[in-house]
Amino acid sequence: MVDQLYAAVKARGTEGMAGIWTDEHQLIKAAHRLREAGFVKFDAITPFPLHEIDEAIGIPRSYIPWVTFVFGFVGLAFGLWFTWWTSAYNWPIIVGGKPMWSLPAFIPVVFECVILFAALSSVGALIFSAGLPKVDPPVIDPDLTSHKFALFVPHNDKGYDEAKIQQIFQDLGADEIKRTEF
Amino acid sequence: MIKRTPLVLGKKTYQDVTNDICGLVEKVPGPKYFASLISVKALFVFYLVVMGVIVAKGMGLMGVNSPIGWGTDIITFVFWIGIGHAGTLISAVLFLFRQKWRTSIARTAEAMTVFAVMTAGLFPILHTGRPWLAFWLLPYPNQRGPLWVNFRSPLVWDVFAVSTYATVSLVFWYIGMIPDLATIRDRAKNKWRKRIYGALSLGWRGTGRNWNHYEMVYMLLAALSTPLVLSVHSIVSFDFAVSIIPGWHTTIFPPYFVAGAIFSGFAMVVTLMVIVRALVPEFKNYVTIGHMEAMNKIIMATGLMVGYAYGSEKFIAWYSGAPYEQYVFMNRAIGPYAWSYWLMVVCNVVIPQLFWLKSVRTSIPLMFVISIFVNIGMWFERYVIVVTSLHRDFLPSSWGMFYMTFWDFGALIGSFGMFLFLFLLYIRTLPAISISEVKPVLNVGHEGGDKHG
Repeated sequence: MVDQLYAAVKARGTEGMAGIWTDEHQLIKAAHRLREAGFVKFDAITPFPLHEIDEAIGIPRSYIPWVTFVFGFVGLAFGLWFTWWTSAYNWPIIVGGKPMWSLPAFIPVVFECVILFAALSSVGALIFSAGLPKVDPPVIDPDLTSHKFALFVPHNDKGYDEAKIQQIFQDLGADEIKRTEF
Repeated sequence: MIKRTPLVLGKKTYQDVTNDICGLVEKVPGPKYFASLISVKALFVFYLVVMGVIVAKGMGLMGVNSPIGWGTDIITFVFWIGIGHAGTLISAVLFLFRQKWRTSIARTAEAMTVFAVMTAGLFPILHTGRPWLAFWLLPYPNQRGPLWVNFRSPLVWDVFAVSTYATVSLVFWYIGMIPDLATIRDRAKNKWRKRIYGALSLGWRGTGRNWNHYEMVYMLLAALSTPLVLSVHSIVSFDFAVSIIPGWHTTIFPPYFVAGAIFSGFAMVVTLMVIVRALVPEFKNYVTIGHMEAMNKIIMATGLMVGYAYGSEKFIAWYSGAPYEQYVFMNRAIGPYAWSYWLMVVCNVVIPQLFWLKSVRTSIPLMFVISIFVNIGMWFERYVIVVTSLHRDFLPSSWGMFYMTFWDFGALIGSFGMFLFLFLLYIRTLPAISISEVKPVLNVGHEGGDKHG
């Protein structure tokens, strides 16, 4: 039962070729070469963000700021609507002689709604775009979250040719090249 | 060319950083750590007993009375919320200003924020006297009308501000930790360690596309936390400033509270870092004297801002020509609570000026003592604001005095037990230094030498 459940939720990988480096600069050169060779689906696995890699692989700027922007507005609209609906429409009560719709006094709560919606939606977008949570995803090498850097080309990439990929990895001094699942 | 100060000492490689920081989670801590943990745990248990008795018997046990309706609970709430602010300042504001030295203290400062807000949040609930009805603070559909909360009240603003702050700080802290939790997962030999940290890391893999989104979200959270942190203590100050009590009804309160919060928070970071460096010597290569000195400079600068606010308050009280306002400020300085006022001035304005001297800024024992003085001074600042303003207002027939009881002291001292217990647990169970943020700054100050990695 537990085993079946685990098998159902476990993250499945894709077959492909991986090259592993200890020098991140060589990895960036190799990424440039892979891109020149016409590969588009490959990715780098690094223990910390490498800024040159976005350009080398051709990763576009993240779309998440748009999510933040839109949900910030949703928070604003929700905050304004909720304070109005509760205080001026659903059960209006005069407090301190102020108008039912006392906008200046509602600003702090509306502001907090904007921040809360924007922050949580950004995190939600990150979790969605990174495909998290993943249960036991395949790991190429446990050191890739510590001090090693890898490039992985999935088998379904355009013009996938193991010999060609191996040649590129070898030319740039990969410490290890293997067929693996990721 | 001006030489840059190294941010990490000991010529570490990437692997050394992983080993050092993950090692803290993997190894069984020494007797010094357990002794500290058990003593703060004892204080925490004492706190639980004190709170239990106060809830069971009632608020009459504490010193609050008429006219001093706000006492230790509110003072200590503002104190702890203020402490939390330095964590967000280090993790978010210094991040936006590209201050690379923040990397090795950011995680611990954020943890401090989360635990300080948790500690703070209990006090207003205790202060209500009927904590089992605390859910009345939230707007929820009910059968009394429905009677909604009063959104014109600063106390409701405070509920929204503090709960948003707690949520966003917690999320920011956790998102920052995900790649490091994945590092611990990948190193784990033990089955349960692999499962627990694997679940906590959400299966993070660190691909280029992941990092691209991750860094963007980290920056967005920093950009959202910055106005948030300023709003939180401003709103806490509205609890006072929106009332009509002389001494509270002033427009300087929001910036004054925010400066004071940053001041007290940095003092608490210095206090904690000195303790951590003593308990966990591995930290010394990452949290260097340079980091401590930078924080001491911020303490000195914000101490001057707080001093300016004290002076400005006095000036405006005189300049206003309002007799009640003038009386409150005279009463603070020479009335029955003059001792607390001058204690506050000495601790917050005079003593931090010693940090002008480089030898004081870089001396661990001296900065520890000064940071404790600042913590005491900032608690007394809130004591002065709450107690002296309430104890004498418009009608001399309704003047009174505030006497703290055993239960007031118990709740105040006990809250440190809760805070330190959570903090000490964190320091050895979660990656206490941001591994993935320290690695890119290893080369700073070591340029021209051997390449790392």
